[in-house]
Amino acid sequence: MTPPPSFCISPKSSLPQSTQANHLNRNVNWPSMAAPETSTAIAATPTTNGTTLRHAFGNVLSFFILLLIGVLAFSIRLFSVIKYESIIHEFDPYFNYRVTQFLSKNGIYEFWNWFDDRTWYPLGRVIGGTVYPGLTLTAGTIWWLLNSLNIPLSVETVCVFTAPIFSAFASWATYLLTKEVKGPGAGLTAAALLAMVPSYISRSVAGSYDNEAVAIFALIFTFYLYIKTLNTGSLFYATLNALAYFYMVCSWGGYTFIINLIPMHVLLCIVTGRYSPRLYIAYAPLVVLGTVLAALVPVVGFNAVMTSEHFASFLVFIVIHVVAFVYYIKGILSPKMFKMAVTLVVSVGLVVCCAVIAVLVALVASSPTKGWSGRSLSLLDPTYASKYIPIIASVSEHQPPTWPSYFMDINVLAFLVPAGIIACFSPLSDASSFVVLYIVTSVYFSGVMVRLMLVLAPAACILSGIALSQAFDVFTRSIKFQLPSLTMNSEVDEQGSNPVTVEGQTEVTKTDKSGVTLKERPSRKNKKKEKEQLEKPSVKSKAEKKRLLVLPLEASVIALLLLVLLGGFYVVHCVWAAAEAYSAPSIVLTSHSHDGLHVFDDFREAYAWLSHNTDVDDKVASWWDYGYQTTAMANRTVIVDNNTWNNTHIATVGTAMSSPEKAAWEIFNSLDVKYVLVVFGGLVGYPSDDINKFLWMVRIGGGVFPHIKEPDYLRDGQYRIDSQATPTMLNCLMYKLSYYRFVETDGKAFDRVRRTEIGKKYFKLSHFEEVFTTHHWMVRIYKLKPQKNRIRGKMKKSKSKSKSTSSSKRSGTLKKNPWQ
Amino acid sequence: MEAVVGARSILAFALFSLLFLLSRSSAHQLNIVNAERRIDLTSHIVKVFLTLKVENVGTEPASEILLAFPPTQVNHLASVEALATTGKRKKKTYVPLIVTPTELPDGPNGTKYFTISLANPLNSGETTTVEVLYLLTHSLEPFPAEISQSESQLVFYKDGAMILSPYHIKQQTTFIKTPSTRVESFTMVEPTNRAGTELKYGPYEDHASYSFSPIIVHFENNNPFAVVEELVREVEISHWGSIQVREQYRLVHTGARHKGVFSRVEYQARPSHSGVSSFKHLLARLPPRVHSVYYRDEIGNISSSHLRTDSRKSELEIEPRYPLFGGWSATFVIGYGLPLQDFLFESPDGRRYLNFSFGCPLADTVVDKLTIKVVLPEGSKDPSAVVPFSVEQHLETKYSYLDVVGRTVVVLEKKNAIPVHNVPFQVYYTFKPIFMLAEPLMLASVIFLFFMACVAYLHIDLSIRK
Repeated sequence: MTPPPSFCISPKSSLPQSTQANHLNRNVNWPSMAAPETSTAIAATPTTNGTTLRHAFGNVLSFFILLLIGVLAFSIRLFSVIKYESIIHEFDPYFNYRVTQFLSKNGIYEFWNWFDDRTWYPLGRVIGGTVYPGLTLTAGTIWWLLNSLNIPLSVETVCVFTAPIFSAFASWATYLLTKEVKGPGAGLTAAALLAMVPSYISRSVAGSYDNEAVAIFALIFTFYLYIKTLNTGSLFYATLNALAYFYMVCSWGGYTFIINLIPMHVLLCIVTGRYSPRLYIAYAPLVVLGTVLAALVPVVGFNAVMTSEHFASFLVFIVIHVVAFVYYIKGILSPKMFKMAVTLVVSVGLVVCCAVIAVLVALVASSPTKGWSGRSLSLLDPTYASKYIPIIASVSEHQPPTWPSYFMDINVLAFLVPAGIIACFSPLSDASSFVVLYIVTSVYFSGVMVRLMLVLAPAACILSGIALSQAFDVFTRSIKFQLPSLTMNSEVDEQGSNPVTVEGQTEVTKTDKSGVTLKERPSRKNKKKEKEQLEKPSVKSKAEKKRLLVLPLEASVIALLLLVLLGGFYVVHCVWAAAEAYSAPSIVLTSHSHDGLHVFDDFREAYAWLSHNTDVDDKVASWWDYGYQTTAMANRTVIVDNNTWNNTHIATVGTAMSSPEKAAWEIFNSLDVKYVLVVFGGLVGYPSDDINKFLWMVRIGGGVFPHIKEPDYLRDGQYRIDSQATPTMLNCLMYKLSYYRFVETDGKAFDRVRRTEIGKKYFKLSHFEEVFTTHHWMVRIYKLKPQKNRIRGKMKKSKSKSKSTSSSKRSGTLKKNPWQ
Repeated sequence: MEAVVGARSILAFALFSLLFLLSRSSAHQLNIVNAERRIDLTSHIVKVFLTLKVENVGTEPASEILLAFPPTQVNHLASVEALATTGKRKKKTYVPLIVTPTELPDGPNGTKYFTISLANPLNSGETTTVEVLYLLTHSLEPFPAEISQSESQLVFYKDGAMILSPYHIKQQTTFIKTPSTRVESFTMVEPTNRAGTELKYGPYEDHASYSFSPIIVHFENNNPFAVVEELVREVEISHWGSIQVREQYRLVHTGARHKGVFSRVEYQARPSHSGVSSFKHLLARLPPRVHSVYYRDEIGNISSSHLRTDSRKSELEIEPRYPLFGGWSATFVIGYGLPLQDFLFESPDGRRYLNFSFGCPLADTVVDKLTIKVVLPEGSKDPSAVVPFSVEQHLETKYSYLDVVGRTVVVLEKKNAIPVHNVPFQVYYTFKPIFMLAEPLMLASVIFLFFMACVAYLHIDLSIRK
């Protein structure tokens, strides 16, 4: 057996430990960032003043570039604040904001013990034990720090700007990771790409205060530390890696991606014969420390060892120990003895392994979901959720993405990624193989759930950064060699770096083939020919190499221009996406009409009304989408919310919404509900209203209460609310609450979302009464009428009652008892 | 029911006071020759103009005139002003007089008094004319207490047909102006006339002191009953050139409570019939040259507001998130910046003073509890406030951006504030300009130390190996 290949350090990446590598590698345009190295370089080599100066200059330059990238990442996410206002967005962020408020008010211990009785009435929810606390603790810490410095920012402001700040951190982490893989040039490019990748912007604009905002940073940083450990074999970084993993576990359920991807990579390294002690250092402490730390997070707890998501890491943990043992034995035994030992161990080991695997399989198979959580299962089997768990399938971000959404979210990166993959294979190192594995798995996951596009984005940025930087490297070098004025100077510099040129050149050709072919069809043929010509003599002699291992000047210039154009296109697209597509807070809607900007602020109108004009302990029922907002903005108790942990409870509300009025009243009354809130977009044409979500209510309700049948609401398999709609549909509570007195607005009751006149226009409500409707009718709030009094001579009594009221005071209108 | 009980108690009180007064000898030497009272009920702040022609029938010069109020009114009394008029018709000049609340031990049934101090003592036999304006808040009681969306709002006003006074009044008349011609009922105390929007009680001749005859007017009033339950105005002075004002409101509609259904379609389609007593616009009058105005509440910006500015004033028209019906409330914050030189001056003794308007900038609103916090810059000393009327004062400390010792806050509190209280007040303090540099210097030194630490770190070799 050959000894495991030593870790392949691409000459383009600066060596982590050796300071001397810095000035030997003169081709490195972007020397390592670390300032101490520069200072030692200055001290050590007084003779090569020019080079060290260049390095120092490069360091300073890359430092400022990174700074600007951070500023860019932060400021591109401020469109929402500038165009709208400094406000928390959407649904989940409101919950996180509320938790952060609680944390900053009551302290960390109260937070861990927080039992929230304002949601999931009457069940309540243990917030401290069911929430990923990373984001909350991060924002809470920032707030506490600022306040202890007497900078009186509100919790809301801190929450709004947490995501942009962390995307700046994420782009710096990307720089570090890519630098470990392919050198600082690729790192800077990748960081710049990540700073403005639309997919990440969609989740981290100012105000979208969600777990992903900090989790992506944690993800990239954990990967960086893993690669760093892999490259250096330092236990220090391994410990940091476990801590970063801990932060990731705190932040997001997506940590399972890390704990599966890293074992996969380790396994890959072992299988391809790349085992090294560094790999062991990178992996074993992570599993041990990481699992112990992860179990500290209440929401994970024993899941860190019990669920199938984590099995892969333990399996690989065993494997790596076996492999390490084998390498150790091999080192101390003679080849002959070793062979004997192998046969012995393999025969015994196989038996043991089979037994262990059998036990494991039996254990796993005994649990109904095979030990996987619903969301993970729907990742492995994309059809699982739609078959068994409608509540997961009903969430729009859990749908598979469409092709245009790839172009929308990662844009030109989709074309650059293949080039980056090829660049990673020349030469293939542990680090670059990790990146390749990362992109492959994340492409799969993003194909299952549109939400996981977010995991793909950093991978795409890293690989595109590598591709772009390699391509730029080649083209600029070609130009530099061929410009006569520069040749003299560059020759001096280039002499020491011949191996680099060779290495670089092979990469160049690869990158060219992949990266350039996509953009420059016309010049492709020419170049291929030239490349073939150039590659052959490249082996011959140094002098020739310098002149011939380059692309023709014109082609390089054109290619450069096209690359810049491509980058420009990307930037334009990203700015557009940040400004137009992803900055809307979805609480406030705007529309541009011929008479200017029109603002639809109905949601907050309704929530403000609820919070000021209802009793503080009133219960509000609505579909679960609006649960978090109601608790956070209206401060009222809700029945269900966006943390969809109890399917039966949600099904109860779904059943009530799809039942006729009386049955619905009974359900709501039994839940102590006082107000029912529905969202209705028919008047202004707001498409994501409750009528459009209604089929999910029917499905989820019907899943638990079988008397709700989906076909009853469909006419010939079609969902419609016009005159062809089924009577069940026209009599259900949701229809009635949405369209109550709608006909009086225009006389025809034309629904602008469904683009049809509604089926049943005139009807009365007998068990509910309208108490509030917002300005554009987008939110309608109804109150449950009190229970009917059991009075015998009903008619007489009520008449005398109305008389007595009118005698005390003249009432202009005729009073009607709704119970008659 | 409550109203009836209230009316009864007033009646009982009046009878009792009459009996009491008959047995009592007049100790005063003043007579009111002629009294005219005009009660304006058009808004929810009741304005009463009293013109008293006072004659000294005693032997000694009198320097004070007493005004009497029933205890129920005193609690709602927001302000009392008095003017002495001299001259005739066109040459009339008004001299403001000092009015102070007074305790008299022998006031019948808890009658409360205010003393008007005359500028020149009234000699025996002389007459003078005094004009009194007093304003009452929360004096219109909605009846019925709950109305539906389509009904209009009816309110009670209770008072006496005669002016309550410790003096003998020879002739008096009361005019009551209602906002519309719709008057449901009113107490008849002959002679009583009603013409259009005006009710006339009197003239009544020769009523003894403390005469009281309760009247109730029940009429329609659809004016917005906008009451700010609590208003906190924070005025923060920065010597770098601006004043930041932040006003937190809790607004309530105190008219007849809304009951039952709120139908948006009716509210939008028939604005003249539906929800007539509700309101959705408010006007805030801000100082001129106002900048960076914001209007928001705890869940974000409220997008319905308009700002109009010209050289003399700024008007901010705001709409709460939803129209306010009776009993509904809303909270919001208005904030704005002002140029420093318009409000901060240096007094001759070298101290600086802030000259700012007291009261609530919203037009036609009552503020139940008004708190003004003047945040002086860090390092200012000896604060003192000068307010033309009585307020509660105390000092606080506030920590703002990078403060070390904290800023002194002068807190002024007043209950029952109305637009007439929008008069300037002054806060004097001493301040050394060197304190302005404290925070920039602090920041600079922190950054300097940080770089020094970096430099030091780079030059120290901490490694164990050599």
